[in-house]
Amino acid sequence: MKVTELFQRGEFVVSAEVGPPKGINIDSMVEEAKEYLSGVHAINVTDNQSSVMRLGSLATCKVLKDAGLNPIFQLTCRDRNRIALQSDLLSAAMLGIDNVLALTGDHTKMGDHPQAKPVFDLDSVSLLHTMSLLEQGTDLGGNPLVGEAPKFAKGAVVSPCSDSVDAQLLKMERKVMAGAEYFQTQAVFEPEKFIEFMEKAKQFGKPVQLGIIIPKSVGMCRFMNANVAGVHVPEEMIEELKKDKEKTKAGITGIEIAARIIRECKPYCQGVHIMSLGWESKIPELLRQAEL
Amino acid sequence: MLMTKMKAKEAIASVADGKVFIINCHGCKEIGFPEEEAKELQKEMAAEGKLIGCMTTDYICNTDNLNLRLRGHMAEIEEADTVLVFSCGVGVQTVADVLEDKKVCAACDTYELPGFQGVTPLEVDCGQCGECYLNMTGGICPITACSKSLVNGPCGGTKNGKCEVDPNMECGWERIYQRLKKLGRLDVLKCPTQIHNFATDDATKEWKETE
Repeated sequence: MKVTELFQRGEFVVSAEVGPPKGINIDSMVEEAKEYLSGVHAINVTDNQSSVMRLGSLATCKVLKDAGLNPIFQLTCRDRNRIALQSDLLSAAMLGIDNVLALTGDHTKMGDHPQAKPVFDLDSVSLLHTMSLLEQGTDLGGNPLVGEAPKFAKGAVVSPCSDSVDAQLLKMERKVMAGAEYFQTQAVFEPEKFIEFMEKAKQFGKPVQLGIIIPKSVGMCRFMNANVAGVHVPEEMIEELKKDKEKTKAGITGIEIAARIIRECKPYCQGVHIMSLGWESKIPELLRQAEL
Repeated sequence: MLMTKMKAKEAIASVADGKVFIINCHGCKEIGFPEEEAKELQKEMAAEGKLIGCMTTDYICNTDNLNLRLRGHMAEIEEADTVLVFSCGVGVQTVADVLEDKKVCAACDTYELPGFQGVTPLEVDCGQCGECYLNMTGGICPITACSKSLVNGPCGGTKNGKCEVDPNMECGWERIYQRLKKLGRLDVLKCPTQIHNFATDDATKEWKETE
């Protein structure tokens, strides 16, 4: 089911995220998804996340769909040229995968194959533009498609707490112009920055899902602050995690923090996207505490 | 090595707003520079009363040399609305850096040719991509200043103004954004989606055949 239909219905859309394994055994991932994520509207399947080679996103989407879940196919421009991207989009539509999240993708140097050739033939904006063309029955080369044209729910991402947020808003506008219908954000730990961002972003009239990462540990927060663009965990939140090591280790403090961020930001956005990074089992409790 | 070809007249006209100061660089012109076409266009612009001044020199890619050459023209440049540069992408970027409060535009596209260039390493680089984007980016090349060579704006990988791929490298798109903001030209970023053409070898075929 297209997530755009859920937004249109006025639902507060909740999505989660799974990363395919580095291997071909997917059963435990699917079982976990069925157990913990059946309560969410959709599940993003990452595409060789952080440029680390894994099982393919599209194949995983198909398996999740067959298991009765609603996948969002994350598609990056790092590993495929415009021919492969369009071909995978047609393949997705043929398999009934109609939610696609268009991303530029991390650079190859960030991952486990730093010697690989980075493609970036297209980028997130031109990929959205290409999806819009395919929906009109034409490919990027100007050639007509045969038969029924595919129809996607076209998603994109934006980084609301980036230190160059104005440039991010300009890029967001270009994504809207290219056909983006909804947005998921980078992880937010500073609700006031997110709210300020939403004041500016609401002019585009597209639904935005607040990005959430459950903070697992002090080390994780420090790592993100040093290395992850657009993510900043305030010092008082790190102090909160420091207070009771056992509670933090059990995920209790992290869930409390994440739920609080969601409650604070909920009036300003149209959904939430949870990047649980292996803590899928914590999502039901997070949603309960966030009153979703 | 490289060659330059003049952009379409309409493309040049669309960026050459108001009074125009022209810089021709003949530094590498023996390789491939549209000298006659440029002369003709500049004559037309002069007849229309658009030209406020013109300077023909060599190696504007060298900042010291450029500064020296510009000295006698600063009054004209002050009055100009657009500085239009007929050179390779490195030349345009060097002028845009030196005249950072001016709208500096490229009149040419730069193409790669086989063989080495006999120039010293410089801060700025030109990807010789054959589709010069400098008129949309305030004279900073997104092909060489961005790790991913993105042509439709920044990715989310900027941390403290630096590129997450290389913490010693400034984010090219952050630089482009700040430059355009300073020039009051952020509107140019609201252009249609750009799709890079990688089949530019056709343009250099002709040159190779005549050599």
